[in-house]
Amino acid sequence: MTLALYRIDDRLIHGQVVVGWGQPLDVSFIVLVDDEVSSSDWEQDLYRMGVPPHIEVIFASVEQAAQQMSAWESDARVGILLVGDIDTAVALTERAPQVRRFNVGGVHHRTGRRERLRFVYLTDDEAAKLRQLAARGVEVTAQDVPTARAVPVGEFT
Amino acid sequence: MSELRGVIVSHAAVAQALVAAVKAITGIDGALTPVSNEGCGTEALAERLSQAVGQGPAVLFVDLPGGSCLTSSARYAKQHADIAVVTGVNLAMLLDFVFHRDIPPAEAARRAVDAGGKAIRVTAA
Repeated sequence: MTLALYRIDDRLIHGQVVVGWGQPLDVSFIVLVDDEVSSSDWEQDLYRMGVPPHIEVIFASVEQAAQQMSAWESDARVGILLVGDIDTAVALTERAPQVRRFNVGGVHHRTGRRERLRFVYLTDDEAAKLRQLAARGVEVTAQDVPTARAVPVGEFT
Repeated sequence: MSELRGVIVSHAAVAQALVAAVKAITGIDGALTPVSNEGCGTEALAERLSQAVGQGPAVLFVDLPGGSCLTSSARYAKQHADIAVVTGVNLAMLLDFVFHRDIPPAEAARRAVDAGGKAIRVTAA
């Protein structure tokens, strides 16, 4: 098996990830890629609280993730990789070109962003970065839960 | 000591429904404030929490022991000394809470865990 889902979600580990995706995919590990969280024991404890004990949680910086990506992708178990924002997704794909797809699962309202989908708000710059990611061959879709339609990047950017 | 405020932090409309149920059963209004994470990122949920808590002290009753409701509540509590967080909110703990709001937040949180836990049981067939 492999990493079954590469997801951009500003809530990182939460119900939609652990239950909504985790149950149908039968996930055994979650990789949380975030430079800030990877350097904070307190934040890591907080995110671990939302995960049942049979699911391993791995915290990594972008650099660490790029080095470990091949190992995670060849893991016999099923995993999910999470990043919290579009810049981190872009940085990861630059350092780990084998990442070929990203699911936009939740980018919420903030000053300067406008609504693209019910669960996706983007600045024009963020929308352009997602289109650039797609132009480089990364499959970018928006889908909050598995039962929803995967919306192609062209429809929401 | 000022009376504690209870803030219920939940997915969808769970918090609203719990507030309505407490009012229907006890007639007490204004002790609990609902906060939904619907459509919220981390910053928006933190803002909703801040508005709901107002001037503390308060107990935050969170629906699940993990996820965005908890992470936002825990971060808020870390920055405010007079806030306690309880997870696994249920109606029984709220019914007890609204009648015992003249104690410190940490004590109220422990009391809520006790009252809520006692309500979870398998009934005789």
